[in-house]
Amino acid sequence: MKIIGTSVPRKEAPNKVTGRARYANDINVPGTFHAVMVPARQAHAQIIAIDTDEAKKVPGVKAVITGKDLSVLSGDVMEDRPPLARDKVRYWGEPIALVVARDEAAARRAAGLVQARYQPLPVINSIQDALDKKAALVHQQNGSYTVATPPVYPKKHSNIADEANVTKGDMDKAWKDSDVKVKVHVSLPQIDHAAMEPRIAKAEILADGRVLIHASTQAPFEVQKLLAKYFKLNPGQISVTAPLVGGAFGGKAGVQLEILAYVASKAVGGQMVKIVNTREDDLATSPLGMGFEADIALGASQDGRIKAAEMRFFMDIGAYADSAPRIARAIAAQCTGPYAVPNVHTDVYCVYTNHTYTTAWRGFGHMPMTFAVERAMDELAEALKMDPLDLRELNAIRPHDVTPTKARLTRSNLGDLPKALTHMRQLIGWNGGRVEALGPGRVRVQGVAAFWKTSSSPPNAVSGALITMNSDGSVNLSIGAVEFGPGTKTTAAQILAEQLRIPLDRVFIHEDVNTQVDPEHWKTVASLSTYMVGRAVLDAAKDLMTQMLMVAASVLKCSPDDLDYGDEKIYVRDDPSIYLDFKDLALGYKYQEGDSIGGQLMGRGKFMIRHLNLLDQQTGHGRPGPAWTVGVQAVEVEYDQNTHQYRILKAATVIDAGKVLNPAIASGQVMGGMNMGLGVASREGIFYDSDGRLLNNQLRLYKLMRMGEQPKQYLVEFIETPQVDSAFGARPIGEHAVLAIGAALANALSRAANVSLNMLPITPEAIWRARRAR
Amino acid sequence: MREFTRPEQISLSINNEPRNVVVYPGETLLYTLRGDALGLTGAKPGCENGDCGACTVLVDGVPVKSCLVLTAEIEDRDITTVEGLNQAPIQQAFLDHMAFQCGYCTSGFLMVGHALSQHVDRADEDRRIEWLRSNICRCTSYQEIADAVAAACNGLD
Repeated sequence: MKIIGTSVPRKEAPNKVTGRARYANDINVPGTFHAVMVPARQAHAQIIAIDTDEAKKVPGVKAVITGKDLSVLSGDVMEDRPPLARDKVRYWGEPIALVVARDEAAARRAAGLVQARYQPLPVINSIQDALDKKAALVHQQNGSYTVATPPVYPKKHSNIADEANVTKGDMDKAWKDSDVKVKVHVSLPQIDHAAMEPRIAKAEILADGRVLIHASTQAPFEVQKLLAKYFKLNPGQISVTAPLVGGAFGGKAGVQLEILAYVASKAVGGQMVKIVNTREDDLATSPLGMGFEADIALGASQDGRIKAAEMRFFMDIGAYADSAPRIARAIAAQCTGPYAVPNVHTDVYCVYTNHTYTTAWRGFGHMPMTFAVERAMDELAEALKMDPLDLRELNAIRPHDVTPTKARLTRSNLGDLPKALTHMRQLIGWNGGRVEALGPGRVRVQGVAAFWKTSSSPPNAVSGALITMNSDGSVNLSIGAVEFGPGTKTTAAQILAEQLRIPLDRVFIHEDVNTQVDPEHWKTVASLSTYMVGRAVLDAAKDLMTQMLMVAASVLKCSPDDLDYGDEKIYVRDDPSIYLDFKDLALGYKYQEGDSIGGQLMGRGKFMIRHLNLLDQQTGHGRPGPAWTVGVQAVEVEYDQNTHQYRILKAATVIDAGKVLNPAIASGQVMGGMNMGLGVASREGIFYDSDGRLLNNQLRLYKLMRMGEQPKQYLVEFIETPQVDSAFGARPIGEHAVLAIGAALANALSRAANVSLNMLPITPEAIWRARRAR
Repeated sequence: MREFTRPEQISLSINNEPRNVVVYPGETLLYTLRGDALGLTGAKPGCENGDCGACTVLVDGVPVKSCLVLTAEIEDRDITTVEGLNQAPIQQAFLDHMAFQCGYCTSGFLMVGHALSQHVDRADEDRRIEWLRSNICRCTSYQEIADAVAAACNGLD
C-alpha cells in the first residue's frame, strides 16, 4: 500500500493556510437580507404579549416573526420544540422573535425594540428540581407530542422526556455474590461545543419553487428531510449545501437555524436571508451538550471480577428533547464501559429543565457515561486494594463476550482492550497508581481510564460515492460527508487513490456537500464516516474499474481477466507493453478512424449499515452499532496539596484504530480529543443563576483551554486489530480521545488530593470544596 | 483618527496596496475587510468580543483583533491579512506540522505566529506561549501549533 498508512496532508490544507478556505459565512451574495433572533431573557414564563410595533418601524426592517406566525413543532426524535417560542418560554436564550431586515445593523436595532410581557413560572434549574414530585412542568404536553423517530417513552405529567433501560442477568444473585461493593455519585454541568465557527444558515426560495439552503451543518441530508417535513415540501425541492465547516463536535448535527432562515426567507418573498449566531447566541440559544448526574453501584468478588452493575443516569437535556432519547440509548447500551459484566441493571432518564436545550456532543453521551463508570472503577480498585490498571485488565471485554444489550462481540467488531492496556503500561510508565512525594506538599500521580464506543446509528443509515473521470485520466470523487476538520474528504480520497493505484493528487474531491449533487450520506457524525464512506468508495472504485477493464478488453482484443492496471495504465498482465492509458478510456476510447466506444466512465458506490436494530423497550436488548472501538487513556499530574493547583505533565492514549489510514491526521485527531476532554475536565461548564439565567455566554466566561495550558507532553499510540468489514480494516477514531481522559484526570487527582472528585470541572477551588465537605 | 457621522470613503493600505472603501462610522475593521468591497474573508468572526483571536490581522506589523478596531481608527496604517502573507515561513510550518484541523482559527494563529517571528529574534517558549494565548483553537491539542510557531521562529524546517 502506497497511500493508505501515509501522512499525506489534508487535501484542502493549502487553502487553510492562505485564507482561501471558504466557510458558509465567507460566501455571500450581495443584497442578502439578515435575520436576527430575539432571546427570551426569562428561563420559564408564560408569554402574555410580544410587541413588535416599534421594531417594525426601524428603516430597513422587512418582517418581524413570532411564534404565533408558525405552527411548526420541530425535533428529530420528538416534536416538542417550536422554532420560535409559542405560549411560553422554556429557557433564557430561547428565541421569541425573528427580525428580518435589509442589513444586519437594522435587524439588530429592531431586535432590541421587540418587547415581551411575561408571567414568570417556577424555574426548573436542576435535575433535582425537575424530579421533585411537585415540580412545575417544563412541558404540560409531555407524552402527547408527535414521535418522529421511535423509540421514545415520555412520562406524562412529569419532566421525564424519555427513559431507556437495560437489564441483563440476575441482579439479586449478583449482589449476593459480590464481596465488595462501591457506590459513586457523579455530577457534571452542561458544556458547550465551542466550535470556532459560530453556527450559520442561509435560505433562499427560488421562483421555480426550489429552496436553497447553505449552512454550517454536519447533517445536510437531515436538514433537507426535516425542512420538507415541517413545511410540507418535497425533499427534492430542497437543496442543502454545506461548505467547509469550522468545527462541529456534534453541535452542528441538529437542525435549528436552517428552519429560521427558511421562515425568514419566506417572510420576505423568498429573498436570500442569512442568520448567523453571535458567540452569545451560539452559547445560550443554540443547543449545548447535556448536563449529567449518575449513581453507579458496582459489585465484585474478592478476586476483582465484576459481578454486578446497577446504574441510574440522569441527563439534563434542557428545555427540548432534540437527540437526547438517542443519546440515552447509547448510554444504556454501553453503560458498563468496556468491561464484561454478567449482571446489569441500568436506567437512563432524559430530564427536561429550564436550561438551554442540548444535542449531540462529541462522543454522544459516552464521555459523561465513561466518567461515571471509570470513577466507580477506581473506587472499586481502591476497595479491593488492587492496581487500577490490573482491575481493568482483569475485567476487560473480549471477543465472545456480550454487551449489556446482548450484542455478540467478535475479533472483528471489537478492538483489543487487553493489548491497549498492556501498551499503556509502557507508554505512560505506569507506576501502579502510587502517590509519589516530590517535595513539601507536592506530589506526582498517575490516573488511568478506559473507553469503548459504538455508533448508535439508525439501522438504515446509508452512504454513497460517485466517481467521474476527467479527460486527463484523473478522477473526481463525490461523497456526502461534510468536512469539519477530521480529514474525512482526504481519507476518502486516499482510499480511492489506493484502489485505483494512482497518486493522491490525481483524485479531486470538492470540499462542500450539496444534497442535489452528492450521494446521500446519513450524517457526518458518530465517527462513522470513514467506515461508511470508505465502503462506498471501495464499491465505486470497483464499479469504475470493472467498466474500464471491459472497454480496455474490447480495444485490446482480450478478456478483462487478462488485464491488470497501475500507473494510470491498463495493461496485458503477461505483456505490459500492450496497454492503454486511463486518459484514453476516460471519456470513451477513440479508434484511429475516429469511431469511438465507451463514453465517460463513472463509478457508483453505495453502502448501507447492516444487522442493527432498535433496542427492546423492556430489556434494552439489541445491536446498537457495527463495531466497538476501544482504548485506554492516562495522565500524569503534579499536584500541590496546599494550593490544590495542578499541572498535567503527560496525557496518553492507546487506541485500537484497526488500521491507521493517515498517521499524522489520526494522531492530531487523538491529541485534539485529549485536549478537548482535559479542557472540559479542568475548566468548562455552563453556569445558571437562581433564576435560570445563563451566566457565561462568552468565551471569556466559558473558559476554553489556551496555549501553554495543555499537558507538557501528549503521547499517542495506535494498535491495529482490523475491523474486517471496514476499508483496510480501519476503525472509527474521531470522537474517542475525548471520552476517558477526564476520568483519568479525576482518578489521578482523587488519589493525589485524597478525596473523591466526582464532579467536573475539577478546578483547584472544586478540590478545596470537596476536601472541606469531607 | 478621523471623526465622521455618516458613511464616508477612506483610504486604507491593505497588503501593500492602497484601497479606498466606504465605511460606516461604527464599522469594525473585521467587517470592512470581510465586506463585499474587499472580500478578504480570511479573517474570521469567532466571538467579535476579542476573546478568540480568529479575526487577528496585523496593523503596522502588530497583531490586532480586527473585531475590536474601528476602521476609522486606522486610516493610513499598514494592514496585513492572511491573504497578504505570500508564502511566509509560518504558512509552510503550519502545513508541515499539520497545525490545524477545521481551519477556522488558522488565519488568526498564522498572523500572531508570523508577527512574532518577525518581531522577536528567536522567541523562546515562554514568549511564544505569551503571544499565542491570545487565540483559541478547539480542534488541535495546541502542541501542533506550538511546534509550527517554534519552527517558524527558529528558522527550522
